[in-house]
Amino acid sequence: MSKNIKSNRKPVLELRNVNKSFGPIDVLHDISLKVHKGEVLCLLGDNGAGKSTLIKTLCGVHKPTSGTILMDGEEVNFPNPRSAADKGISTVHQFGGTFPLMSIGRSFFVGVEPTKNFGPIKIFDRKKANEIAVKAVQDFGITRIDDGDRLIGGLSGGERQSLAIARAVHFGARVLILDEPTAALGVKQASHVLRIVNEAKKRGLAVIFITHQVMHAMAVGDHFAVLIRGGIAADFKKGERSREEITDLMAGGETMADLEAEIQASIDE
Amino acid sequence: MRNLSIGSLLIRPEAGAFLGMVFVFVFFAVFGGSTFTSFSGAASWLNVAANLGIIAIPIGFLMIAGELDLSIGAMVPAASMSMGIISGYYGLPILVGVGLTMLFAATFGWINGIIVVRTEVPSLIVTMGTLFSIAGLTLFLSIFLTDTTAVALNAPAWAKAVFGDFYFGSYQIIILWWLGMTAIYVYFLHFSPWGNWLYAMGGDKVSARNAGIPTNKLTIGMFMLSSLSAAFVGICQTILFNSAQVSSGMSFIFNTIISVVIGGVILTGGFGSVIGIFFGTITFAMVNQGIYFTDFDRNLSSLIVGIMLLIAVLMNNTFRQMALTHTSPKKKK
Repeated sequence: MSKNIKSNRKPVLELRNVNKSFGPIDVLHDISLKVHKGEVLCLLGDNGAGKSTLIKTLCGVHKPTSGTILMDGEEVNFPNPRSAADKGISTVHQFGGTFPLMSIGRSFFVGVEPTKNFGPIKIFDRKKANEIAVKAVQDFGITRIDDGDRLIGGLSGGERQSLAIARAVHFGARVLILDEPTAALGVKQASHVLRIVNEAKKRGLAVIFITHQVMHAMAVGDHFAVLIRGGIAADFKKGERSREEITDLMAGGETMADLEAEIQASIDE
Repeated sequence: MRNLSIGSLLIRPEAGAFLGMVFVFVFFAVFGGSTFTSFSGAASWLNVAANLGIIAIPIGFLMIAGELDLSIGAMVPAASMSMGIISGYYGLPILVGVGLTMLFAATFGWINGIIVVRTEVPSLIVTMGTLFSIAGLTLFLSIFLTDTTAVALNAPAWAKAVFGDFYFGSYQIIILWWLGMTAIYVYFLHFSPWGNWLYAMGGDKVSARNAGIPTNKLTIGMFMLSSLSAAFVGICQTILFNSAQVSSGMSFIFNTIISVVIGGVILTGGFGSVIGIFFGTITFAMVNQGIYFTDFDRNLSSLIVGIMLLIAVLMNNTFRQMALTHTSPKKKK
């Protein structure tokens, strides 16, 4: 698949022949992927294709059974999620802001709280946290968020995703892994998120966008990989395949076209 | 930045607890007559609140972090007996008794925490198991070592002054400990970075761990804190009443949880405040003691506590919903 990589730049993140099994069950076979700076790699796959395992392998939750992970061309090992995060790999999950009852400012800085000293005592700097959080998310074009004391649970799904992405970027993420960010969203909210994905790409992040919604993938993707039963079934660049072809690939054959034809036929009647 | 409109006050976790406390106070001030609000009358419910509150706040921390600890119900009498046996029956110095008892409590809390963290069995079940284990062990050791289920302890004057004595007639010294600990806990939960970790854990443990928060250590620490707090109350009671008994303290289990829930903490974690728990504890203590000041039938006491708990939960739900949908008033530009 190296034919698709035109430049001599080193990919920010690369997987080479990665396998992952849990006991006797092979979940990922021979996965090779690359993602460059300022590029969106879409990982497409139906439920159970191994997307979650792949994400978890990328962000240090699982260790590959065999194969190598490279960052900037150098082999890396992630003993835990923290070490992956330290190297700039940041994962945003489906439900984005995962602490619904925390304020925007507090959740933005979970684990890296800004403090000020009050005599010998360290105090969480709420004002600073709120200001930075609100600014970070407004820079991404979500101007509706203007109060850092608001609770995450009061934000819309799209706003939560945007906040989570803004957070990752603020903390120096170089690789952004988005796990089904648009799956639970309506059309308008999803387009918000896609715009933010584009913005992240423009800022030079390498984005891995996991989804099973082909339309969303095609809207932002530069490079696509289709995952079927733990293996890469297809790997292509933007414009090389049509939506129908991709959908068929994901479904694992031509069945989708037949199905669509059937549905179309019943509508035409 | 922080505006002090009524709306923004109402969305705070302690809003419901505060209103509840005011309501209960007025209720008993009216029906209980002047003794309820008198200086000596207030001592009766403040004493109860202090003993309860010292345990309730750490229990609240656990609940905010999404855990629960029932074993404190057995830890209070266990610590009490340990204190009585070491410093009373064997006559060792008070500080040795306090030190060893706290060491037992810390170890016990650590065991609770380790089991919860390692097995991922819900802490409700784990601590129910350890509750009965420690209760059985206490009874067995008491009979084995002293042949009785109650031992006397005569603490020296300084120990009584520090841990268990009455001041101004009927105010227990433990009230001061309670206020002091509450202040430290307010700092811990609301002003230190660690408080943020606790909320994050209660909100989503996996995300919190991925954000680099040492969730296991924090969980174990919280179990140790609740165990130590229960032991502290047990020690103070033993010194105050000059004796320790095997069976006392089971009521702490429900009473602390009720206080915490009235205080605005939700069972699923991630939301609550120390001041809320503080108000909740006082509210519970007022209801618990207030009925004795009124002409109502004493037997109604539990009924009132039960109804109050339900009202508190519904009220807290409403306030939390408001908190979720609250937006600051739009600034005019």
